[in-house]
Amino acid sequence: MTAVAENTAADTATERGEMTYSEAIREGLAEAMAADDRVFMLGEDVGVYGGAFGVSGDLVHRFGKDRVRDTPISELGIVGAAVGAALAGMRPIVEIQFSDFTCQAMDQIVNQAAKIHFMLGGAVSVPMVLRTPLGSGTGAAAQHSQSLEAWFAHVPGLKVVMPSTVSEVKGLLLAAIDDPNPVVFLEHKLLYRTKGVVPAGADRVPLGKTVVRREGADLTIVATGVMVNRSLEAAEQLAAEGIEATVVDPVTLTPLDEGPILDAVRRTGRVLLVQEAPGHVGYMGEIAARIAGSSALYSLEAPIKRLCGLDAPMPYAPALESAMVPQLADIVSAARTLATQEA
Amino acid sequence: MTAVREMVDPVPGAAAPHLPAQPDLVQLLTPEGERVEHPEYSLDVTDEELRSLYRDLALVRRWDVEATALQRQGELGIWASLQGQEAAQIGAGRALGEADMAFPTYREHGVAWTRGVDPLDVISLFRGNDLGGWDPVATRFNLYTVVIGAQCLHATGYAMGIQRDTADAAAIAFLGDGATSQGEVNEAFIWAATFDAPVVFFCQNNQYAISVPIERQSKVPLFQRAAGFGFPGVRVDGNDVLAVLAVTRAALARAREGSGPTFIEAFTYRMGAHTTSDDPTRYRLADELEEWKLRDPIARLKAHLSRSGKADAEFFAGVDAEGDELAARIRKGTLEMPDPAGTEMFDHVYAEQTEEIAAQRAAFLAYQEGFEK
Repeated sequence: MTAVAENTAADTATERGEMTYSEAIREGLAEAMAADDRVFMLGEDVGVYGGAFGVSGDLVHRFGKDRVRDTPISELGIVGAAVGAALAGMRPIVEIQFSDFTCQAMDQIVNQAAKIHFMLGGAVSVPMVLRTPLGSGTGAAAQHSQSLEAWFAHVPGLKVVMPSTVSEVKGLLLAAIDDPNPVVFLEHKLLYRTKGVVPAGADRVPLGKTVVRREGADLTIVATGVMVNRSLEAAEQLAAEGIEATVVDPVTLTPLDEGPILDAVRRTGRVLLVQEAPGHVGYMGEIAARIAGSSALYSLEAPIKRLCGLDAPMPYAPALESAMVPQLADIVSAARTLATQEA
Repeated sequence: MTAVREMVDPVPGAAAPHLPAQPDLVQLLTPEGERVEHPEYSLDVTDEELRSLYRDLALVRRWDVEATALQRQGELGIWASLQGQEAAQIGAGRALGEADMAFPTYREHGVAWTRGVDPLDVISLFRGNDLGGWDPVATRFNLYTVVIGAQCLHATGYAMGIQRDTADAAAIAFLGDGATSQGEVNEAFIWAATFDAPVVFFCQNNQYAISVPIERQSKVPLFQRAAGFGFPGVRVDGNDVLAVLAVTRAALARAREGSGPTFIEAFTYRMGAHTTSDDPTRYRLADELEEWKLRDPIARLKAHLSRSGKADAEFFAGVDAEGDELAARIRKGTLEMPDPAGTEMFDHVYAEQTEEIAAQRAAFLAYQEGFEK
């Protein structure tokens, strides 16, 4: 342990007060770099600019340009170089400025990072983390607002994490950095400024654990990313009407810990699946299939309901943008209908 | 600054004795407004044309200033300022023939202007009213490309189409210094070279890719890269509208006659922010901007016109007045733009409407009407 980690470990959560989701990520990045010389960051504008969304902040001043590395505008290069560095024993943390730009890097992510360990019979591994902001809500239009998590979740060899809480994002990041596999770490843009209390110290939040965020007997809402927060808010509104919702957050999309989801469905008999991405062939289709393919099916009192983004590219106009993805009122309304539907 | 910086960043025309001279820089008008000759590039230009170039430069800057103000007042979602790059864009745009096809980035407002695109059709895109209001076929000016570098391949493919049609035309792709690091751009260079495609790659090296300086994109002057791909590269003073016009005309003529691509590096400077979302004080020094203000593309043409007696005070006052009228028209037109229809996002996902999206459209309409009742 380094001095940095010991100091923070000595603080208590209450003394530390709240911090933002970005600050929590930055703290995780700083602690990981302080604790392990092999950890370094690379991406566009991560240095003196502090990151397009301000996540890397002052890290370049604390760790130097070699470890917080501004790169050419070449996403394929960024990921490919990270794969190479990981093969050499480093622990690279890539930032792709918008998750849409992973499209330029797909060969290195999908054909290389995800498969090298397998194709070399386990002889080497690619311990890298690819952090990237995803999602809409910032008025960034069709090529800067997508939620492409299902693409990554579909690729064997990649782990995919979508942290939804300030309290867990740092611990999940540290676990992702420790992980010997390539991990795609998807940060929703609307979460960056949300606040919460982050436990001090270097505690990891293990990957591959589904979390039940709220218990309620009338229905289960499964949601990812910012939709978890929106669903929890919806659950509070529903509670005022006497409808109690369980809210389940897979957190890690691949590998999926399906048990808590299936258990919640068995307890409540009704399930609403909420995602921001377009519904067609989306991640919640997988969750629906897991439910339908398990004994939880026999507990259903109503058909599985999905509430997803519409199947069109993201418009730029703010009013159209918010109409594209599930909003609080949409979740409340869908949940109410589902909870009160005749069995 | 390091030796690398000295090699790639000698400011054109600057009094910088510590830097090597730039024998490769094509310049026809010095920052002081003096007409100079170049052995390879000459330009016959009438006084009327000079005044008309000045008018374009000045009006495009006025449009840009108004758009930046509108964004600051909350009327546009974002704006990408072209300030400092007017000469590069007007020079390149004015070099285009009617049949030539331009593939812009998101900053080519000056080129749009020369193609007859109405400023309000560009503004409506940045306001979110539509996704680009102009007709790319009629204006020979493709829609703005936001993802860095993608348009270079489009221009190359388009040029290969021109080749098959044996048309007397060329394509021009606009790109920035940062884009030269993208794989897609390098693939475009390879394709254009091996197929002798009639395409000009017009790179505005404005020194920064958001915060990242040109040194992080290239260890050699960008124009020298072209040689490795097998076509000529030219570095032109991007703040000299006359030199840009001459060099781009020559490159387009070369493309049209079947001699293949040319890479033009217009050496310039982004005087404003990357976009209105950016704060350049975080990564560059104020005196750098001050240094470049001395090379302002509009001021140098104004100096030339005034000193040579090719334009008088009345002319400049007339352009200023025209600029104010343009700005007023832009402001009024922006504020009067109707909100987009609530169902617009369903209408152009596919060439024809699919059943699923039609159903989502209907459900959305019903949902909206539910609120209105």
